[in-house]
Amino acid sequence: MDSQPFLLLQGITKKFPGILANDRVNLEVRRGEVHALLGENGAGKSTLMKVLYGFYRADSGQILQSGRPVQIRSPQDARSLRIGMVFQDFIQISALTVAENIALFLPDLPFLLTRERLFRRIEEISKRYELTVDPAAPVGQLSIGERQKVELLKLLLAEAQALIFDEPTRSLAPHEIEGLFRVFANLRRDGYALIFITHKLQEVLAIADRITVMRRGRNVETLRRNEADAEKLIALMFGEKEVVLSPPRKEARGEKQPPALELRGASSRGQGLKTALQDIHLTISPGEIVGVAGVSGNGQKELGDLILGLETCSAGQKFLFGREATSWPVSRIRSQGVAFIPEDPIQMTAFPWLTVQENMAVGHISKYSRKKGLTIDWEAVRSDLDRSLKRLGFQIPSLFAPVGILSGGNVQRVTLAQETAHDPRLIVAFYPTRGLDVRSAAAAREILVFFRNSGSGVLLISEDLDELFSLSDLLVVLYRGRIAGIFPPQETTVREVGFLMTGSKEASRS
Amino acid sequence: MNSPSGGLQALRKIYSPGALRAFVLLLLALAAFALVLLIFGKNPIKAYIDIFGNTLGSGYGLSETLVKMIPLILTALAVAVPSRIWLINVGGEGQLYLGALLATWGALTFGSLPTWLLIPLITVLGFLGGGLWGGLCGYLRARGWVSETISTLLMNYVAILLVSFFVFGPWKDTESANYPQTPEFSEAAVLPAFFGTRVHMGLVIGLTAMILFFFVLSRTRWGLEMRAIGVNTEAARRNGIPINRYIILLLFIGGGLAGLAGMSEVSAIQGRLRPSLSPGFGYTGFLISWMAGGSPLGILAAAFLLSVVTAGGDILQMTQAIPGAVVNILMALILFVVLARRGGKGAVK
Amino acid sequence: MIESFFAGLIVGSIHSGTPLLYATLGEAVEERAGIVNLGLEGVMLIGAVSAFITTVQTGSAFWGVMAAAAAGALFNLLFGFLVISRRANQLACGLAMMFFGVGLSALLGAPYIGSRIVGLNEIRLPFLSDLPLVGSVVFHYDILVYLAVPVALLTWGALFFTRWGLSLRAVGENPLAAFAAGKNPHRIQYQALIIAGILGGIAGAHLSIGLAKTWAEWMTAGRGFIAVALVIFSKWHPLRAILGALLFGGAIALQLQMQARGLPVSPFLLDMLPYLLSIGVLAVWGGSRRQAAPGSLGRVFQGTE
Repeated sequence: MDSQPFLLLQGITKKFPGILANDRVNLEVRRGEVHALLGENGAGKSTLMKVLYGFYRADSGQILQSGRPVQIRSPQDARSLRIGMVFQDFIQISALTVAENIALFLPDLPFLLTRERLFRRIEEISKRYELTVDPAAPVGQLSIGERQKVELLKLLLAEAQALIFDEPTRSLAPHEIEGLFRVFANLRRDGYALIFITHKLQEVLAIADRITVMRRGRNVETLRRNEADAEKLIALMFGEKEVVLSPPRKEARGEKQPPALELRGASSRGQGLKTALQDIHLTISPGEIVGVAGVSGNGQKELGDLILGLETCSAGQKFLFGREATSWPVSRIRSQGVAFIPEDPIQMTAFPWLTVQENMAVGHISKYSRKKGLTIDWEAVRSDLDRSLKRLGFQIPSLFAPVGILSGGNVQRVTLAQETAHDPRLIVAFYPTRGLDVRSAAAAREILVFFRNSGSGVLLISEDLDELFSLSDLLVVLYRGRIAGIFPPQETTVREVGFLMTGSKEASRS
Repeated sequence: MNSPSGGLQALRKIYSPGALRAFVLLLLALAAFALVLLIFGKNPIKAYIDIFGNTLGSGYGLSETLVKMIPLILTALAVAVPSRIWLINVGGEGQLYLGALLATWGALTFGSLPTWLLIPLITVLGFLGGGLWGGLCGYLRARGWVSETISTLLMNYVAILLVSFFVFGPWKDTESANYPQTPEFSEAAVLPAFFGTRVHMGLVIGLTAMILFFFVLSRTRWGLEMRAIGVNTEAARRNGIPINRYIILLLFIGGGLAGLAGMSEVSAIQGRLRPSLSPGFGYTGFLISWMAGGSPLGILAAAFLLSVVTAGGDILQMTQAIPGAVVNILMALILFVVLARRGGKGAVK
Repeated sequence: MIESFFAGLIVGSIHSGTPLLYATLGEAVEERAGIVNLGLEGVMLIGAVSAFITTVQTGSAFWGVMAAAAAGALFNLLFGFLVISRRANQLACGLAMMFFGVGLSALLGAPYIGSRIVGLNEIRLPFLSDLPLVGSVVFHYDILVYLAVPVALLTWGALFFTRWGLSLRAVGENPLAAFAAGKNPHRIQYQALIIAGILGGIAGAHLSIGLAKTWAEWMTAGRGFIAVALVIFSKWHPLRAILGALLFGGAIALQLQMQARGLPVSPFLLDMLPYLLSIGVLAVWGGSRRQAAPGSLGRVFQGTE
């Protein structure tokens, strides 16, 4: 064991407006060791590594390399200190080959690129660490796993010695994950220092030598592998929580109504960086809130796109309000009463240069177009929007302002008001209270409950376990595009959900 | 509606700082051209007097300037309409030729019909010809196969060749010996003109098209959907707007407008179809639309400016023995000045 | 009879194809770096007029070609200033440059219209030129024709086998990635434009002092645009450009041959084929999944530049 850690982060603090991302975090990175950084979304793991890699500057604290304090002001600095990072979204050029992509990053190439020498160098390192990939293949044709190998080769050929991996197994198939861990083992054997960020317990237990658990910006604890087990890690990640459950809803009404949404074995292809959904069986009855728990990136967005009709089912069927809706276009799905509250309204559903009322009109265009499309009934648009805003208790500066100048919170409010204006029968809500102040968040939750009580179905996707537990009639856990478990919240605990969210345990019942 | 009346807005635009800046830029370009003329030993003052005197100084001159404006307004619209959803139509030239082609077919085949039947017929044919040409490229783009910039550009050549085929071949006027042209159209097929000038119905068509388009854009459901696509395509998709349909439709309409330009040129001005029908109206239209940023007043202003400039070419050739093509330098200088100032839209960092 | 038709056709293809090839190579390099220049027509015209004037004044075709190369490079630098430094819309600038080139070359060339010169001489290779059939078809050209294919090979080598070429292609595919790798996209693009200007100028030179041996206004007659189409047709690859240039050059030659012989098949319909083929090629192979165009150039074409 080395006396000095290769890298030492001391007291790193990083603030963003309204968020304390890292709170006096200490971290030791040693040679010949795999160090896992474990935690939920928003725990501060990525931020910490971005500070180490020079993307952010810490507000306070210091970084030492082999005992000497160093300044890392940019990725260039980090690279010169032999620190390399493999990101989730690689900056690679798809049309060029593997060798060309690597060559682009090597500073000491001769003018005439002889394939021989470059290929040989690549093959040497490939063999040594089991990073086999065809140097002549265009990167665009490679799978995510292979592209990851290319990233790693880039770093190794540029002689990095500390390697940081940000959620490396996110888009890998099981056998590729095994391969990656073999690579880790080989690198560890040769004295590289490896850090990897993850939320997946199984992996941590499989490969890490040292584990640091972060929660809410703090380093909760650092343990050695032999001191850790799943129970303990879950407890550290999620804390001991008692959640207040809402009173169970009144029993179902007399008449049997078709479910608002039913997915039978729905699957989708995961193209590129998208998560493939596999065999989703999900039913949302009228007057029911189904909450979807899961770490962001496990298929939530794809599930929403599937329901909305943006993504096609490669297998299985979709039923809306009892009717076969697998191949309905988006416009039809929306006009049948499906509301969609997106994760990021500004990017995804809002029109920044159109006014608030124009946004409302576009959202329900068939309802407001008159004389076969020649005019738009702006009065109706405004009155519907006003009514909806009042119902939610929201106040917007002006209906004539372009949405782009509204604050983030106001955009969220306008979107909520717009989508719920026509009493939708199914609401698909993505992180609806994210970014809202306490009062508005409460109002948003109340409106979801209001609609549920009026007989609509609600699919609530959220990272806030408190919110999910208190609002859901049924809780679903999504992991890697599959449903890892379904139960009423009363019959489970935060801990069990935590296990399922992090892939540690298959549900014993579904 | 929720905005001040259009007229007031128009007035505001004319006296806005933007218009002032445009005027200054124009002066800059004129000065640079004057310099160029001086270098080559020509008298710039006399040149400008000739140009402006002949284009603006007399009723006849003004009418001739208007005549040159007509196809430019239409080809500029041909670019402006699809540009609302960020489609780039560089095919105005080809769409113009196709419109002329189909209109010619109508004029030659149905030449014996009375005016009130024939004119509307060839107008429709002109629109259809250009529209199909543009719509085809729209289809290729909607299916994700070929970028419309490339396809419209390439289809220009195909259109011009097609016209050449007909003019040298099946429709060749046997009485014209070696000139490649069709027989002259019958009286009935000639678009009527106003008050003894050559300013023809095409002007009405162009202005009507412009007003119609901007009305649709600002007040109708379709206009709202188009603007939505232009602002945030992803959001438009999520709100169920049929983007592909609009891609094909707008390129069809744009092409059709250029086709109308072709029809009006061949019917009212030339009276027969020749391969030399268009001296680059399509490309000039692209530049006009681009300079005007798609605004209707801007299009009118830019079209007016560029027709003065191109008319100037012919005038300089006569009065100063400067080759007519030289006026292209002035056109280019105007564009440079706008381009160098505007900048900013390129995204490469 | 048939013999002389084909012989004439091949000779014509090579003659017409040469300026096309040079122009296409230049434009291909440029587009590989992410810039589309619709003003290639203007570059060629400037090259043509510079070559002609210089040859007339100095009596040396060599200096004519040099002047054309220099003029083309300067012309493209202006384009580069607008498009790279001022970040103006590439398509609009290209068209503006076309107008500029047409006008400027008309002004400069006015006193020389119709003059005839000796221009570029045919080069006779000692033994080869005297070979019976092959000799007259293959070995009777001027220097620029002989150099065309080697230049294409050189371009190919530079693009795909040198570090500079790799950086250039990276810039054209993804300028951000190139920047992240420590390259200077602006500098590389300027370099690409200079090369494109040189090649475009030489293309024009061949037209005025190699082929026509005279000067006329707008003598390129759209060849600049044809070259832009050719780049697409050959999918931005210098070696395929050779084939493409021959094909397009052949189409032009075919037209002349057929007119000379009064043959009934319309040359116009045949001329359409290359363009239709280009679209076809792109449609089949260049769907949005697999963009055939360099990535960053594709953004220009999709209007998201």
